[in-house]
Amino acid sequence: MNIAGFPLLSLLTWLPMVGVAVILCVRGDEETVAENARWTALWTSLIVFVLSLVLWAKFDGAEPGFQFVESVSWLPEYGVGYRMGVDGISVLFVLLSTLLTPICVLSAWEAIHARVREFMIAFLVLETMMVGMFSALDFVVFYMFFEGVLIPMYLIIGIWGGPRRVYASVKFFLYTLTGSVLMMLALLAMWVQAGTTDIPTLLRTDFPVGMQYWLFLAFFASFAVKVPMWPVHTWLPDAHVEAPTAGSVILAGVLLKMGGYGFLRFSIPMLPQATTYFAPMIFALSVVAVIYTSFVALAQTDMKKLIAYSSVAHMGVVTIGLFTLNVQGISGGMFQMLSHGIVSAALFLVVGVIYDRMHTRDIDRYGGLADRMPNYAFVFMIFAMASIGLPGTSGFVGEFLVVVGSLKVNFWLSLLGGMGMILGAAYTLYLYRRVVFGRLTKPDLRGILDLSPREMAVFAPLVVLALWMGIYPTSFSRYFDASVSAIVDHHAAAIASSVKVASTSGAGH
Amino acid sequence: MMYAIAVFSPLVGCLIAGLLGRSIGGRAAQGVTIGFMILAAICGVTAFVENTWYDAEQETVPLLSWVVSSTLHADWALRHDTLSVTMVGMVTFIATLIHIYSVGYMAHDAYPVYRFFSYLSLFTFAMLMLVTADNLLQLFFGWEGVGLASYLLIGYWYDKPSACAAAIKAMIVNRIGDLAFVVGIALVFFTFGSIEFPAIFGAIEQHQNDLYGLFGTNFRAYEVIGVLLFIGAMGKSAQIGLHTWLPDAMEGPTPVSALIHAATMVTAGVFLMARMSPIMSYAPYALAFVAVIGGTTAFFAATIGCAQTDIKRVIAYSTCSQLGYMFVAAGVAAYQASIFHLFTHAFFKALLFLSAGSVIHAVSGEQDMRKMGGLWRHIPLTYTMFWVGSLALGGVFPFAGYYSKDAILEASYASGTLSGMYGFWCGLLGAFLTAFYSWRLIIMTFHGKPRADHHVMEHVHESPFVMTGPLILLAIGATVNGFVFRREFIGEGWPEFWRGAIVITANNHVLENMEHLPGWVGLAPTVAGLTGIALAYLAYMFVPSIPPAFARVFRPIYLLAYNKWYFDELYDFLFVRPTFWLARNLWQIGDATLIDGAPNGMAEIAAGSSRQVVKIQTGSIAVYAFVMLIGVVLLLGLYMLVR
Repeated sequence: MNIAGFPLLSLLTWLPMVGVAVILCVRGDEETVAENARWTALWTSLIVFVLSLVLWAKFDGAEPGFQFVESVSWLPEYGVGYRMGVDGISVLFVLLSTLLTPICVLSAWEAIHARVREFMIAFLVLETMMVGMFSALDFVVFYMFFEGVLIPMYLIIGIWGGPRRVYASVKFFLYTLTGSVLMMLALLAMWVQAGTTDIPTLLRTDFPVGMQYWLFLAFFASFAVKVPMWPVHTWLPDAHVEAPTAGSVILAGVLLKMGGYGFLRFSIPMLPQATTYFAPMIFALSVVAVIYTSFVALAQTDMKKLIAYSSVAHMGVVTIGLFTLNVQGISGGMFQMLSHGIVSAALFLVVGVIYDRMHTRDIDRYGGLADRMPNYAFVFMIFAMASIGLPGTSGFVGEFLVVVGSLKVNFWLSLLGGMGMILGAAYTLYLYRRVVFGRLTKPDLRGILDLSPREMAVFAPLVVLALWMGIYPTSFSRYFDASVSAIVDHHAAAIASSVKVASTSGAGH
Repeated sequence: MMYAIAVFSPLVGCLIAGLLGRSIGGRAAQGVTIGFMILAAICGVTAFVENTWYDAEQETVPLLSWVVSSTLHADWALRHDTLSVTMVGMVTFIATLIHIYSVGYMAHDAYPVYRFFSYLSLFTFAMLMLVTADNLLQLFFGWEGVGLASYLLIGYWYDKPSACAAAIKAMIVNRIGDLAFVVGIALVFFTFGSIEFPAIFGAIEQHQNDLYGLFGTNFRAYEVIGVLLFIGAMGKSAQIGLHTWLPDAMEGPTPVSALIHAATMVTAGVFLMARMSPIMSYAPYALAFVAVIGGTTAFFAATIGCAQTDIKRVIAYSTCSQLGYMFVAAGVAAYQASIFHLFTHAFFKALLFLSAGSVIHAVSGEQDMRKMGGLWRHIPLTYTMFWVGSLALGGVFPFAGYYSKDAILEASYASGTLSGMYGFWCGLLGAFLTAFYSWRLIIMTFHGKPRADHHVMEHVHESPFVMTGPLILLAIGATVNGFVFRREFIGEGWPEFWRGAIVITANNHVLENMEHLPGWVGLAPTVAGLTGIALAYLAYMFVPSIPPAFARVFRPIYLLAYNKWYFDELYDFLFVRPTFWLARNLWQIGDATLIDGAPNGMAEIAAGSSRQVVKIQTGSIAVYAFVMLIGVVLLLGLYMLVR
């Protein structure tokens, strides 16, 4: 379903590289270079975003298979090819990536003033990697993008980060790399088994059950770190705290979704028996994540760390949803990922606004901002409510569907997984009260300025999306409904056939 | 169409005032919100009147699809049946009066006033969405919407730490109930395959024997659903256990308290029980639970009300107690009586709160009744309003509360169930206490010698007409609503009035049996009420030494009531402190020490051992040659030995 053979996905993937080339060509003094780099990055990412809207318009939600498929022969003798395509699971993640990149560029406009050129290059490279990762249809290509994301992110944290940036970036790199090495082994094993790395073919391949368990654990090592699931989550708060605002936004908005996407693209459809077998373990870890990290969030004194922990809790809800293996649960997990992509990204921007002004993330240094920054208080309130999952905001739809989906599995899973509703309200409102409410007593806050027009422009699309996704979620869920149903049906069929095999072989004895 | 206008015009008012308030100014924002509220009230009350006396068409208004996931459908729609219309009429009418009253009450407030009016309209809109929902999810939208609005309004004076704390408390306590509610909704979907009311109510017969396994046994699914939904209702309607937020909610401006306690928010739980009556009616054990909790709350909150000295706090506990009555009625499947009391209560409770606001306004913001007294000559109109409200609350003939409270007590007696009898006796005791604390409030506030200092007394003045006007309208409602609507709500006309909006089982004859009760049952509430009034006069007017003596002799009882049965202290000890303790320890010990210990330790070992290894590289060729020689000798020696 390629529009007149036009390689749209490749264009989206590689266009940011053109921007990189342009930025590299600029000569002149530092100020000129910086200014040029900013504008080039903004325009490139905006063009990519506008082009990606073609996906929004032309994607056929009723069709569960891959669309906009491109295929170029690469290493045919090994069954490896450069193949791109999107289905309902990935298309919205592509859009999320292309949307958040210009927002990040804009948010870093004044916040970054050292090595602006390199920063913008890193971001454009990051965009290429993200879009490529979500649209790759070949496992090797996917793996390259999946790992490629690490490099610019590592640099963004390590160069433009806070005081402990080196510790944080190395921790981030090592955690994710450890998982990835195991995934590469799984990839090789799959290739040996199936003779190809073509994802659609792998999706149709039946892997032996004994092998599935090992493959699942290998994938799990990689994706669980990315999500991140408890107890491999501690790299995230450190990375967030040290990363510059824009880095946090992409990290929370897109990079965490790579784990959930991986589960949904590889683990669940390719390894059905292992998925059923390991689901209880995932539920246990996720419930612990929801409750444990919510408690930890309550004790934080650093705003970014608090939101980072809340991300872990929210992603716990996602993994519960994905492994319920019913339509409501998976749709809920998908929706929660998209919503979290918007809301937590926005919350990091919200923190960034006052960090840029006061250069501290310490909650105790604030209080009473509502007085001086009414617009800021309003925007913050909307995202706080969306994070809590108030109906009418994007956060509610996913959470509710996950509760419904998990009740089909188990009552207690539903109740405990829903604990985030209470604890989330506690830590979010407690944060809001300490930062925005209260009497304005700190002298250095008296002169603080409300949102600038540039900041308004950054927040406006996110506010619209958070409410739109909450009030009319159908315009998003229609993209993935068919694909999710297909995954659920495929899984049920695979389990049913394996049960049949088991029962016939049992009868033979 | 008219119905949609009634629901959405508060939203329009809210958005205009909220988003443009700063540019158009406070006055204009007030005008806009009140204009839209009046429009809503006209439409809402007309719809109610048409439905009550002109048998108007009942047609659901579809709006937009909302959450769709495979077989799960929930659409935005406005349900139009008697239950919804009654609530819409009542909510729009009372909320409009509260808006108008607020113009006077908030006139001297330091904050920009547009924010307040925007929130008030948001509150009204959320409540209207709740009562007109056609599925459980939209109901939950309104449910959380009123939660948000109450959070914003309770914390309206955001530089007051107590207000911020109360706002958060309201939200979190409510959320505890909400979690049960959401799981209940999920269970409804699990049982019925739908969360749309028409689909659920149409399939009641098929699923009534469905079982659901929990705690290792099988329960009837309806019982589990009933209990889960009721836990949700307990949070929103402040029933014992989840009630602690309501008395604190008076940290907000007084009109907000009136809105929370009368028209919106707390009545949502009672409404939910009536709305889900098709399921609840078939869940006898869940109903028994409802009645027991309701009865307990009715009594327990009334005892606290007798010992409080803050004028708003007394009325707040009275709300808690009155909600208990409504749940007693719901618990004996007399939903009609429960909604009837909700309806009459809305008027007299709004009246009482707004009158209390008028008193507070008169005495320069003082809320402690021990610093009032002797006010009745100065503010006679407010004094009269208090009498009307208290007569209605105390259930004195012919005021509205007489009809509705009597109906609840009679219904609970007539039900013949054990839980119903429990509700009856709790309610009867509660009626006595209600009358007692109401007149205790009147006497302490208005009679006796002035206890305020003379500066305050000099400034005591009757409120402006913009405040007293709404009071008079509410007083009329509190007086006549009982006998005007008795026949429709609970009398022989109820099937034509409710038109299927409330479903009871075929063998439920509670309303019929009410007519054939022993004579004393009908008289008992009135006797209890009059005794309470008499006792209040005796103790606070004629023999003022009684209360201190009582407090001395029965010190534990007095302290229990005065300290609100120690619920806040207990919860602080059981939940709040352990939560923060756990939070700190999970972070410092769990994350920082245990989980991060492994990778940091490994990094430490790697770095440490490489530091040790580095020492071998001395750079001295002699040492290297020596080590090499030893190595060669060792290898050769080994070789010899093995060979």
